[in-house]
Amino acid sequence: MKKYDTKKVNFKVFRYNKEIDRLPYYESYSFSVAQDEVILDILNKIKWEKDGSFSYRRSCRHGICGSCAIKVNNKPVLSCKERVFDLIDIFGYELVLEPQDIKQAIKDMVVDKERFWNKYSNVKPYLVGEIEAHPKLEYIISAQESDKLDEADYCIQCGNCFYACPSVQVNGDYIGPAAFVKAFRFNMDVRDNAKKERLDIVNQEGSGVWDCVKCYECAEACPKELSPIDKITKLHNQIFENNMAKDNVATRHAVGFKDSIKKHGFLDEGELVRYSEGNVGVLKHVPEAIHMFKNGKLIMPWQMPKSEKLDEIDKLIKISSTVKFK
Amino acid sequence: MENLKYAFFVGCTPKQSTPELMQSTLAIAQAFNIELVELVEATCCGASHMQDYDDFLSLVLNARNICYAEKRGLTIVTVCNTCQLNLATAKHRLDNDEKLRDRVNAKLKEVGLEYRGTSEIKHFLYALIDDFGIDAIASKVKNPLKDLYIAPFYGCHNIRPHEVHGSSNGNEDPYRPTSLDRLIVALGGHSVEYGHKNKCCGFHVELQAPKTANRISGSAMLDAIDNNADTMVTPCPLCHLRLDVQQKNISKEMGEDISIPILHMPQMVGLALGISPEKLGIKHNIAKIDFIK
Repeated sequence: MKKYDTKKVNFKVFRYNKEIDRLPYYESYSFSVAQDEVILDILNKIKWEKDGSFSYRRSCRHGICGSCAIKVNNKPVLSCKERVFDLIDIFGYELVLEPQDIKQAIKDMVVDKERFWNKYSNVKPYLVGEIEAHPKLEYIISAQESDKLDEADYCIQCGNCFYACPSVQVNGDYIGPAAFVKAFRFNMDVRDNAKKERLDIVNQEGSGVWDCVKCYECAEACPKELSPIDKITKLHNQIFENNMAKDNVATRHAVGFKDSIKKHGFLDEGELVRYSEGNVGVLKHVPEAIHMFKNGKLIMPWQMPKSEKLDEIDKLIKISSTVKFK
Repeated sequence: MENLKYAFFVGCTPKQSTPELMQSTLAIAQAFNIELVELVEATCCGASHMQDYDDFLSLVLNARNICYAEKRGLTIVTVCNTCQLNLATAKHRLDNDEKLRDRVNAKLKEVGLEYRGTSEIKHFLYALIDDFGIDAIASKVKNPLKDLYIAPFYGCHNIRPHEVHGSSNGNEDPYRPTSLDRLIVALGGHSVEYGHKNKCCGFHVELQAPKTANRISGSAMLDAIDNNADTMVTPCPLCHLRLDVQQKNISKEMGEDISIPILHMPQMVGLALGISPEKLGIKHNIAKIDFIK
């Protein structure tokens, strides 16, 4: 019989009981780990062999319930899917197990996900349509129609993208990637009638898609590989396609690139700031502009570099544009 | 070794707000005998914003950018993480979706171009480390950065999403990138270990959500400072614009004085090679580079 490969690993584990402990602390546990063991096996071993009071969420143990999401060395994982050997390859023989958000920890790996669920419920995460109470036939959706969901319906609400998002961490209003994925999922459902209402919600300044920092943390964090940021891009697109884009700094920031490329090939940085902020709003950037000017970081309009073949660029923009901004 | 030659996708900031990046890139390319052929026909990559407005147009323009490197039979070198990601994403989509490639090529055909997928796209950092070689770099060091504690700030778009970058960034792990750390060590410096090295700088919401942007960069800078960094270094001019130019606004938002010199990756390399600060455009950096005598 083939001998299983094993490795000795030290696990530094976040421990905290909100009801008893003033501060969280870390406890170390060493185990000999076999090549097919996943992080959930380690969580079980800690509870069953070392400390029965150790707490964590788990249920299905095959990647579909989304309960067992935690962070290992700051990498968001689904415990039941993540092989310890793969993590050793990245981080070595000391692995730090922490809850998704240590500030929201209740007990050990268990976090209070209230904020996550509140954001989620904000976007009408359900089908809004005229559904017969007692249908006689199935509502058939074609393969092409379901393809448009772009697998957004595979989301298991584990929260990994939400707790990995830096915008969520610094802005309590921001809706966050998981709820955006859900908004996209129902917006693409042919049976749904609340597309514009959802776009209204995700189009808000300060909480909506415009506050996405484009860091791609959500794309890396998703255990279902749904790339939430791609759904966020598609929500941006839907806002423009449905003529719902408001005339504000965020929308002009996206639109301004096209005009600049048409004119120069390059982006005119100064003009983009002026166009996005407006003639009054731009004044708040004067202090840093003076600083930049003094250090030779600001060019004059007549010094603006130009790409070669501007005619070709102009023609390509004309024949390839798919959207208009009022 | 045969001299390396690349199609140079300059992007927008090196000719405007980060002239020091242009100067230091050219200076170290010359020192390493790396030939950079400027893609003079190229347009702006859309900076990860244009696709929010018109995704197809943004794709067509980036496909066109890549066409001009293909025509020259060269790998593209970028000096901005966001240029890198936008071009690499266009390539990834076009190489993996025949229908989409046909739609894009139908447009390109009208201006006499065709996207074929024959050129690779690499950030200059990885051209240096993986093509030129870390040992070759180390052998050229004249002024080892031996007293400097340098915090590497990788910038999102060079390391995420990993499947778009693939081998072009040496299969860097987004949760434990090592290239900049290895470069710092090869130049004789100490690389600072800190949690925010692979985090976001907030640049892309600087206009519409300055509070968010300032808090995000502030946390990263404080983390570097708390871990005894003398300076931070980044391969991305957009991270640099945030961390260097915005220190006053960031300090205001964070409620404490945050000041630390910020180097562009090629400036750091150039200093170790013994290239003069003038040639590396150090005078353009806003936070004073206080460790240069």
